[in-house]
Amino acid sequence: MNAAAAETSTPLPAETPRGSSLKRQFSWNGTYEKIIRVLLFGCALVSVITTASIVFVLLYESVLWFPGHTPFFGKVSVVEFFTATQWTPQFEGNKHFGIMPLICGTLLTTMTAGAIGLPMGLASAVYLSEYASPQARSILKPTLELLAGIPTVVYGYFGLFFLTPVLIKPLFVNVLGFSVDGFNALSGGIVVGLMIMPMVASLSEDVLRAVPSSLREAGYALGATKYDVSAKIIVPSALSGIIAAFLLALSRAIGETMAVAIACGNRPQLTLNPLRQIQTMTSFIVNMMKGDTPVGTIEYQSLYAVALMLFLMTLTMNYVSQWILRRYREAYQ
Amino acid sequence: MSQTRETFNANLAWRHRTGWLFAAVCRMATWASVVFLAVILGVIVMRAWPRLSPDFLTRFDSYKPESAGMLAGILGSFWLLSFTAAICVPIGIGAAIYLEEYARPNWFTRFIQLNISNLAGVPSIVFGILGFTAFVRMFGIPRQTIVLGLGFADVRIPLPFGRSVIAGALTLALLCLPVVIIASQEALRSVPASLRHAALALGATKWQTISRQVLPAAMPGILTGVILALSRALGETAPIAVLGAAFFITFAPGRLNSFSDLGQHPDRLVNVPFDQFTAMPLQIYNWVNEQSRDFQQHVSAAGIVVLLVVLVLMNGSAILIRQHFQRKIRW
Repeated sequence: MNAAAAETSTPLPAETPRGSSLKRQFSWNGTYEKIIRVLLFGCALVSVITTASIVFVLLYESVLWFPGHTPFFGKVSVVEFFTATQWTPQFEGNKHFGIMPLICGTLLTTMTAGAIGLPMGLASAVYLSEYASPQARSILKPTLELLAGIPTVVYGYFGLFFLTPVLIKPLFVNVLGFSVDGFNALSGGIVVGLMIMPMVASLSEDVLRAVPSSLREAGYALGATKYDVSAKIIVPSALSGIIAAFLLALSRAIGETMAVAIACGNRPQLTLNPLRQIQTMTSFIVNMMKGDTPVGTIEYQSLYAVALMLFLMTLTMNYVSQWILRRYREAYQ
Repeated sequence: MSQTRETFNANLAWRHRTGWLFAAVCRMATWASVVFLAVILGVIVMRAWPRLSPDFLTRFDSYKPESAGMLAGILGSFWLLSFTAAICVPIGIGAAIYLEEYARPNWFTRFIQLNISNLAGVPSIVFGILGFTAFVRMFGIPRQTIVLGLGFADVRIPLPFGRSVIAGALTLALLCLPVVIIASQEALRSVPASLRHAALALGATKWQTISRQVLPAAMPGILTGVILALSRALGETAPIAVLGAAFFITFAPGRLNSFSDLGQHPDRLVNVPFDQFTAMPLQIYNWVNEQSRDFQQHVSAAGIVVLLVVLVLMNGSAILIRQHFQRKIRW
């Protein structure tokens, strides 16, 4: 429709003599251009098709109901799914599908990760944008990029075989006297925190640098110290961008799979103790899938229900983050 | 007046102390990242040391830690990434060109744009589930094999694709697509409009302008983005594990285990995409889950070292490309 509107609005002389070169006529070049345009449009459409198929695939096994096909929520009630406190899809004869333990595990690792990654990331961003010398930046920026580029299996290995035996166990067992599982939520949370820290740092640094220097200069002119300027002027002016960065980082922590699958273990437990073995939504999916679950069974369908929850949670956080950026962005001239 | 001055002076010392403390905290948090990187690399190299040898690169996996090697993972990852790039790069650049050069600013364009940025935030494991359903199982269509005779070789295409290289590559391609599109869009946006106007003024058609002027000018930026996206795909474990790629495998895709195999049976090349595979991060994950301590701690660490070296090489080449072209181009 739009294309047609644009065609008619092309400024052609109204009384073009017949046979003149300005007459709209067929040409191979024009056809070729149109084909290219359609092909490129097709490429752009692939991303839309991908999203549509993700939504369809997740809904098909968990919600969509038609003759001959009972979805997950046709076998397990929504109320049970959200309120039951046991997640035991593999126990024959005693299957329980309450997603609470998985969500609790995910929140435990995400909150640990946030408690470490967010303040450290923000502090790094303030240091990089306000304090660091160019030489320090030239070392720190590549280091952060490298940290962000390390595959997540490596973080899992580090959490399971270094953090837990070398740092967490000696500290909590020998010094403080707690009992610590070999797999624990704390080690996974810490490594995920280290993983999201570079992301928080680089996203927040961008928004801090976008604050105009006139604000800094005004602060200094009024007798503010560097701390006053950084913490009371720059950070509050960039707050919307920082919160958006925090949300993106947390949504990444929720969707993080390998590090928590390796370091946190695979026992779904409803606990808030980070020293216990837990199972997150993502590590449930990866463990269930690699075990060749028979297609069509309720365990198989539970995978899609959990994936749907995960998808909705991360999607909501990404949307809120974008909304905050749009709604509260301070536009400086 | 003098009282204000006194309070100001009394407060000033305190304010400077807070400022000093704040700066110290920020400095420590930032330099901690250097320490983390050093500790992670140090621990891994130290643990990997007993198992690192040239043989590790040329052997297949084994049940004995002394003779375990990574060849299946290296070749598997190589083929996987090659096909991922072949699928994702043209589509990604095409989509970026459409959005930057052709699309009118209407609701549909905004929708596509929003959709791409949301897709970039979807957890990789969800892509794995999509790949499993759409490519490995193909929504449960009955099993069949299509045989295409090419004269020198027969291509056997199994439908559904099963746990093959092509199913993995398609999944990773979808995963990389948003990153490639966003990077290419930025590269295209940084090409000055004067270049386009000049080409159009000389009578070039729109596609001639784009393909001969705009794309070459944007190429360094696009290439950097593509390499970064592929190096992320190389380290992705979750989607590949969810697809059900093989954990333990002692041959490379297409049974092309060495260069001499390639010389003797070049016809096997056409069946590479439809063969089983494993990938480097998946082998590492498998070793971490083994029972023996040697596998868990040393063999997997050796695998991590190999993976990290490949990643550093890829990232290094991206930086080189960026610097090389940045010096040349002056608008």
